Amino acid sequence: MFHNLAPSWSQGSEAMPELFHRKLERSAIGFVLAIIAVASVGGIVEIAPLFTIDETVEEAPDMRVYTPLELAGRNIYIREGCYACHSQMVRTLRDEVERYGPYSLAVESKYDHPMLWGSKRTGPDLARVGGKYSDFGMSRILSPREVVPESNMPAYRWLARNSLKIEDLPLHLEAQRAIGVPYSEEMIENATRDAYGQASPGSDSASNVKERYGAETQVRAFDGVATNVTEMDALVAYLQVLGRLTDAAFEDTAAPEEPPEPIE
Amino acid sequence: MVSTLTTNERLFALIISALVSICGLALAAVGRQDLLAAQGFIIMVFGLACVFAVAQGFYEPEPSKERLSSYYDDPIKVGIALAMAWAVFAMFIGVWIATLLAYPELTFDQGWASFGRLRPVHTTGVIFGFGGNALIATSFHVVQRTSRARMPDQLSPWFVLAGYNLFCLLAITGYLMGITQSKEYAEAEWYADIWLVIVWVTYFILYIRTIARRKEPHIYVANWYFMAFILVVAILHIVNNLAIPVSLGHAKSYTVWSGVQDAMVQWWYGHNAVAFFLTAGFLGMLYYYLPVRAQRPIFSYRLSILSFWGITFFYMWAGSHHLHYTALPQWVQTLGMTFSVMLLVPSWASAGNALLTLNGAWHRVRDDATLRFIMVAVVFYGLTTFEGSFLAIRPVNSLSHYTDWTVGHVHAGALGWVALIIFGSFYTLVPSLWKREHMYSALLVEVHFWLALVGTLVYVFAMWNSGIVQGLMWRTYTEEGTLAYSFVDSLVAMYPYYIARAFGGLLFLLGAIVGSYNIWMTIRATPLTSRREIDVPQSGAVVVPGE
Repeated sequence: MFHNLAPSWSQGSEAMPELFHRKLERSAIGFVLAIIAVASVGGIVEIAPLFTIDETVEEAPDMRVYTPLELAGRNIYIREGCYACHSQMVRTLRDEVERYGPYSLAVESKYDHPMLWGSKRTGPDLARVGGKYSDFGMSRILSPREVVPESNMPAYRWLARNSLKIEDLPLHLEAQRAIGVPYSEEMIENATRDAYGQASPGSDSASNVKERYGAETQVRAFDGVATNVTEMDALVAYLQVLGRLTDAAFEDTAAPEEPPEPIE
Repeated sequence: MVSTLTTNERLFALIISALVSICGLALAAVGRQDLLAAQGFIIMVFGLACVFAVAQGFYEPEPSKERLSSYYDDPIKVGIALAMAWAVFAMFIGVWIATLLAYPELTFDQGWASFGRLRPVHTTGVIFGFGGNALIATSFHVVQRTSRARMPDQLSPWFVLAGYNLFCLLAITGYLMGITQSKEYAEAEWYADIWLVIVWVTYFILYIRTIARRKEPHIYVANWYFMAFILVVAILHIVNNLAIPVSLGHAKSYTVWSGVQDAMVQWWYGHNAVAFFLTAGFLGMLYYYLPVRAQRPIFSYRLSILSFWGITFFYMWAGSHHLHYTALPQWVQTLGMTFSVMLLVPSWASAGNALLTLNGAWHRVRDDATLRFIMVAVVFYGLTTFEGSFLAIRPVNSLSHYTDWTVGHVHAGALGWVALIIFGSFYTLVPSLWKREHMYSALLVEVHFWLALVGTLVYVFAMWNSGIVQGLMWRTYTEEGTLAYSFVDSLVAMYPYYIARAFGGLLFLLGAIVGSYNIWMTIRATPLTSRREIDVPQSGAVVVPGE
């Protein structure tokens, strides 16, 4: 059935001078090399300069790294697939800036491995959600229909039940440092203690977090319970810092404005 | 299965399977404090299952030398069965998560059952499970037939097929447990990614070795596409997945790319997964099964060359159109937009070449649902590539991006083009591969065709509507100059479309179930063909010039 119908062009163009392509078709290795060469150009031209052109990522001296607790929260955000429905990228469009806040700058995700810009807004953008709601509001939104009856977001009740795994956070910070995030030796060593401290106000570890990550770092029982560190603590800590790692987006923009005050 | 392997190959198969299970055990041991343990356990069980399968047939008599004068089709048959199984599973998950968008409480307070974790199960299941197995199976078939050569050995096709499915299994079970890189269409973690590289390199070597044995002087166009698919997917996969694991005992890793560079690498990968997985591979399928089914040679050889190199070159520039108006530098956005628009030329050259091939065979399109699957797939290919170029234009993208319009566009391509060309190819391939006169039921092919077509149309129209409504509501201003709608207003407007979409998906799923049943019955209950056809690797066959 097949052999005499699968078109083969080996006798196709005898009347014409042979196309160069006919020769290429006779060499598997030649064809492979040609494909690699032709397919490589676009990526090289578009990606390589992003590492060499300085203007690609703005300067923002106040830009800080994630605390261990926030990083753990970010990993929960990734684990639960939040990025499938929420973007973290305010585009340079009037309605977006008015709805969400200043458009996002490249520097804001400079330490994001991976970036979580997202591709779909089944729910709203979260790039500027930090500080918009109280912790209570933030944790309540994770049982969404109690707050917004029309919401179609799943309820994430298990986050408040699960204790956060914090023992291996030094390894996480170390891996991050290996790929260029400027965590200091001290930050790495104390990662577990800092994660505990940031969610346990009044503890000895709490003040050290502010020392290491800046005075504006928020130290609270994010899930409302100070006795243990849950996944909800971590996720809320992460959400509360979204858009708050640097003030650059509020200042270094077409319409500068005062950055919002950190909530207490 | 095992009886077709030589004794040496059986021995190698045993060793490889044992090694795989030992690696699984090792991962489970070092990762015992982590979810990695469960993944290692799955690898170990998979390896042990292979050990048992090989051991059971180990002492069967060696295959005779005569096998070398026929094609090696056993892995193709298993690949088709796996593809259909993945199709039903992953399309079911698709319908389920579509339902979740309208009825979110169906998550039952279980992490694994929530939308965010199930969504990559759906995408990986359909793209890599269904699409990937279909590509592997048909590429094994096409490369042998068009080269008129048997695959060089019996073991490596099985390794590719089994190894690839192990990757899919690891990926999907990982997502359910919460193991993910969060890179869209590349969510699988580092150990699965490394394993896929090993499998993929084997696939490439197998493919090239088969082509090297060809008895045709020229490499047929379908093989150009399959080669581009294998090669470029390897490049994309490796670059996008470069990552540092937290430790060898952790499933979690951090990608080496960050921020804006990561976004560009991700969508360079993401868009070219569309290009070289979901387009080039399936064009390879098209260039073989279309002329076979229509019994017409491809319309134009020169057009084939133009579209092949056009697609290979232009697509690689187009990824940045996923990042319009973002923090990605404008010059990259503009390049992406420009090349996306230019991409229409080779895309429509392919579609036109395919449709013109049908000239003189339109009566067959009318009577033969299988050929109609292929024809409609080409039409959707043409429509989707036009829509893609259109959506890549920056101002259009400002409306469509982040909305369901993108989802509709993807499904016009994935359902209308990819799935339909697979079904058309399978219905062509299955009877010949199992040496049956015809499919078990022509009526069921017809039923499948209409379920698939109507399902796709319902789905796509629902998403076009919801996407455009959503995009417009987000940017509508009142006369006072304030935003007219809250986000929740736009969400409430979506519910009817979400339900319609789930219904369209359900129709498509039912079609896939009907198709699976039909294929199953063709294998089990349809008599062998009485026609003796020559389908063996021999030289000197009749060839039909392209122009």
